[in-house]
Amino acid sequence: MAASSNAGSAPERPFPPGDYPVVVVGSGPGALQTSYALRRLGIEHAVLSADSSPGGMFRRWPFFQRLLSWTKPYAPADRASRAFERYDWNSLLADEPDLRAIQVDLMDGSSEFPSRPEMERNLAAFADRAAIRIRHGCRWESTRREDGPDGGRFVLVTSDGEYRCRDAIFAVGVAEPWRPDTPGMDLVAHYADTRPAETYADKRLFIIGKQNSGFELASGLLQWARRIVLASPSPAKLSVNTHSLVGVRARYVQPFEDHNLGGGVSILDASLDHIERAGDGAFRVHLKRSDSGAALMFEADEVIAATGFVTPLRDLPALGVTTFGQSRLPAMTAWWESTTVPGIHFAGTITQGVAGLKKHGIPPNSGAVHGARYNARILARHLATTRFGVAPERPALAAADVLPYCLDELSGAPELWHQRAFLARVLTVSPDDGIRNEGIVPLTTFLDEAGPDGVALTIEADGTGAIYPAVYTRRDGRTAEHLLAPHPLLDFTTMEHRRQLQDVLSVIGISS
Amino acid sequence: MATREEIADTLAGFAMFADLSTAQLQQVAHTFDEAVYPEGERILRQGLTGSGFFVILDGEAAIVVDGQQRATLGRGEFFGEVSILLGEPPVADVVALRPMRCLVLSGPAVEAFLVAHPRVMYRMLQAQARRLRNANRWRS
Repeated sequence: MAASSNAGSAPERPFPPGDYPVVVVGSGPGALQTSYALRRLGIEHAVLSADSSPGGMFRRWPFFQRLLSWTKPYAPADRASRAFERYDWNSLLADEPDLRAIQVDLMDGSSEFPSRPEMERNLAAFADRAAIRIRHGCRWESTRREDGPDGGRFVLVTSDGEYRCRDAIFAVGVAEPWRPDTPGMDLVAHYADTRPAETYADKRLFIIGKQNSGFELASGLLQWARRIVLASPSPAKLSVNTHSLVGVRARYVQPFEDHNLGGGVSILDASLDHIERAGDGAFRVHLKRSDSGAALMFEADEVIAATGFVTPLRDLPALGVTTFGQSRLPAMTAWWESTTVPGIHFAGTITQGVAGLKKHGIPPNSGAVHGARYNARILARHLATTRFGVAPERPALAAADVLPYCLDELSGAPELWHQRAFLARVLTVSPDDGIRNEGIVPLTTFLDEAGPDGVALTIEADGTGAIYPAVYTRRDGRTAEHLLAPHPLLDFTTMEHRRQLQDVLSVIGISS
Repeated sequence: MATREEIADTLAGFAMFADLSTAQLQQVAHTFDEAVYPEGERILRQGLTGSGFFVILDGEAAIVVDGQQRATLGRGEFFGEVSILLGEPPVADVVALRPMRCLVLSGPAVEAFLVAHPRVMYRMLQAQARRLRNANRWRS
């Protein structure tokens, strides 16, 4: 090891170029959570960020100043408890009480949705109080592989010099503006270029895209624009209809009501054909209706492409990292490692690229802090176990304790509630080892990897509004699904649940 | 990685979407999600509820029942529809034989999609009829 995280570095600029076991790139919530979790496990690593301070995307967006993720100051759980995480989507995870639920004390009480500056302060406070060390102002520029005496290494070329590592974790967000190459698209602004709201006063506004970013702009500019048109080929989904976070969030549905009541907003299903200048700084937007193919044309003073963001992976695709989808997310294993370049891992919102079972079309919440923070902790544990020989904690459980423990987990474990059908609490049972608590893992690893008999507990939803516990058993290598009953008050500690769970546990030979 | 415009172009060459206009193909490309699977990954799991409808853009998959490979599926073919139409868990695993790229539509969205695109439903019915005919030939 040529350099270590503790040796020879000035406090204000840690991690000089050199060799490190692990390099983490980024300083947003994903990188902060990953660094914290690695440190707790004793895994030496460097953290590099081009930014001048922690906070990632929240240093700039969302424009209209409030997040879509809530933190409830008053909830049916103690603020310092693990159960409170279910109601606090924005604080990062920590074992120390004074590092938990940081967001709560940084909100002014005017909303359960933190403002953007409040979220930025939350992340900065975590970095500061947890003493997360970051080399700011260090831009990752390119990547290559080289053979070393003990196997292959990655070389991350940065603005400060070269970093060598066996494993690299990229937590660089999905924040590079993207627009399709439709003719004329280069003439118009991207969401990322949106100006202060008052500069859109009395303008005819055309927004390309009907996802949250498009509706965020429409909501924020409702009282300023003369007319707003939103268009994209497929109908907008609403989260209140999908009964999940899929679709436009409830906070942004005001433009729908305006559209339905004829107030000046139009929401269209149409594909963009081309955009041209119309003189006096205006544009003509040419569309084709999705249903009939009929041509439509609008004149607009302002056109904004709310067409999304891609993952800034720089030259990783050239290194062999496969990407997919509109956001150019990397193809990852269930443990968030590139499927095509082992040793390249991902954290933060990029982990949304692992869909898991995506039951009933509902993805995990890995795109948001309240999902990605758990992924980061699991990734750190997985790396520590598989790369650094750290023996995982596998506490033993007495047979009589299993049923109440499982009921407790299904009722309150925030990992299972936030990452439904994606993360699972796993218990195994074997003649030699007895009953062991294997911790929280990606559910598909329990279903697809060989292992002893066991049970995986998670929470699921079916898109109708029902939320219920799901338990998977593995016996002699065969897995089976067992869905427990939903409950109108989400109370899974009833006698009925106890009986159902008892029956399931008996499948793997646990009776209590 | 393909843009939605490129996906729409790909779909235009698939029998199931052959009757759709360019604007409709664009809509399909925006309605489905793109997903990739490495070799060996299970895409559909026998006995698990809540699965989706898949159209293969690239790659090849095996249909596996109780550990026995029964058939393979390739580019332009689809799977997952039977369990969605019947409201039952899949009776087979579908496993990637090599890296795969698929379009995915969630189970709850399939009925509305097919009703909105009756020509796609008709083409799907034709494909199902061919599968049934071949299965009957195999049995006789």
